[in-house]
Amino acid sequence: MSILTGLLTQLLHLALILALAPVLTGCVRWLKARLMGRRGPHPLQAWRDVLKLLKKRPVLAENASAISRAAPYMALAAAVLAAALVPSFARGMVLAPFADLLLIAGLLALSRFAMALAGMDVGTAFGGLGATREMAFAALAEPALVLVALIFAILAGTTNLDVITGIFQEGALGLRVSLGFAAVALLAVAVAENARIPVDNPATHLELTMVHEAMILEASGRHLALWDFQASLRLTLWLALLAAAFLPFGMAAPGAGPIAWVIGLLVFMVKMAALGFALAVFESAIAKMRVFRVPEFLGAALLLGLLGAVFLFVSTGLS
Amino acid sequence: MTFGQLPYDLAHLLGGAVLLLSFVLLYQRRISAVINAFATQGALLALAAAWQGYVQGVTGLYVTAAIAFGAKAVLIPYALHRLVRRFNLQRGVDPALGIGASLIAGVALAGFAMMVVLPATAGQRALAREDLALALSVVLLGGLMMITRRNLISQVIGLLSLENGLILAAVGVAGMPLVMELSTAALVLMLAVIAGVFALQMGESFQSLDTESLQSHRGEGE
Repeated sequence: MSILTGLLTQLLHLALILALAPVLTGCVRWLKARLMGRRGPHPLQAWRDVLKLLKKRPVLAENASAISRAAPYMALAAAVLAAALVPSFARGMVLAPFADLLLIAGLLALSRFAMALAGMDVGTAFGGLGATREMAFAALAEPALVLVALIFAILAGTTNLDVITGIFQEGALGLRVSLGFAAVALLAVAVAENARIPVDNPATHLELTMVHEAMILEASGRHLALWDFQASLRLTLWLALLAAAFLPFGMAAPGAGPIAWVIGLLVFMVKMAALGFALAVFESAIAKMRVFRVPEFLGAALLLGLLGAVFLFVSTGLS
Repeated sequence: MTFGQLPYDLAHLLGGAVLLLSFVLLYQRRISAVINAFATQGALLALAAAWQGYVQGVTGLYVTAAIAFGAKAVLIPYALHRLVRRFNLQRGVDPALGIGASLIAGVALAGFAMMVVLPATAGQRALAREDLALALSVVLLGGLMMITRRNLISQVIGLLSLENGLILAAVGVAGMPLVMELSTAALVLMLAVIAGVFALQMGESFQSLDTESLQSHRGEGE
């Protein structure tokens, strides 16, 4: 019975995340447009774009190798798997034992790796430029994520996100300074991972400083749809990860019935809406930073993660 | 006293936020952003003092909070902004040590503060010890900021933020007499006035607030 409920929650979760991802992207775009005084596209426009592009044949460069064909699928598969692991409205999904933060970080790195490969495959200048920048940023963002996982591991005794969420939900740990540092570091990493504004502008194809768009500049048709869907999926995944780690209220306990699921679902929607709104306001309020300052920004996130870990390490070791 | 009790947790978190602002001070490049970060730190310090006053039931701490807010979140930043506008200092703060290197040194100092404070206060409440470590980190980071910046305004802010750390340590300890806090507050105001006069003098003599230009006037001979 418990396996059956676990399976059911897992399937519902996956369906929810897959359906929600482009809607979330669309909503953030619409909100940003409204905040800047434009009408903005309909929130469902992102879904419509994906569906339209899916029907179109990709146009590949003459010298494109098999990598260009395989990379979108690889990136999307890794992102879907990672999204299946992050709990949304209920804990105790079938895949929960594998929901390790390090595994999620690895899957995200795999999808980024595929994207960088696709960027370099055809040999255009922009693609290679985007790929090198993405990798330079990842060299700082990934250790920061691992350090945050370390902070969670010291506090909760595990890197399993499902268990961590459960422990935080009980509130036994209280507010900790290290958790505050971890939250700030994770927010900075999330901004960089999703190519949002202080690091990269998600709404441009025309800037010399673009990173994400530079790598998928060559993609078209079906492949572009997969890349776009993958990007929305990653955004949803990151917001769900932040919600699961730092706002774990209202999530249904493992083995709870449908009523708890409905409550969890409503709370999850509210959390996502709040985070999406915060993202739109944040992006509208500040300017993009110079590319050369991004390593400083991510280095600060890395150091914050390190500081949180050092605090915990010393205080648990010496007290 | 362990974790999981709201009054102590919140005080702890506010201390952490003050320390975070110290890192923001080290991270910022533009002088007006540094001043704004300093004002935020002052406001957070006032909040921490007021919260301690509420938890400990001491009225004197509210006075400390009011002084901290009035002086550090409003008056001093306003005066510094005026100085910046008067000498046209909108450009970068020109650190003597790179931003990245000073951040790394800052984390090392914070770790050092933990390692010094925790063994020295063995047997006390866990949270009081960590609060003390946070305050000492803020003090050390203020010192670091004074060392690594060439601009006079940044150095003054480093000194004032060092003093923020002292206040943070003082409000966390129950039974600190009000006289002590009043005298530190007076000291800060004096410091700010002296720094302001000094900056005006220096700006008029050298047309810049870069302390590098003082080097040749130290009377040590070339």
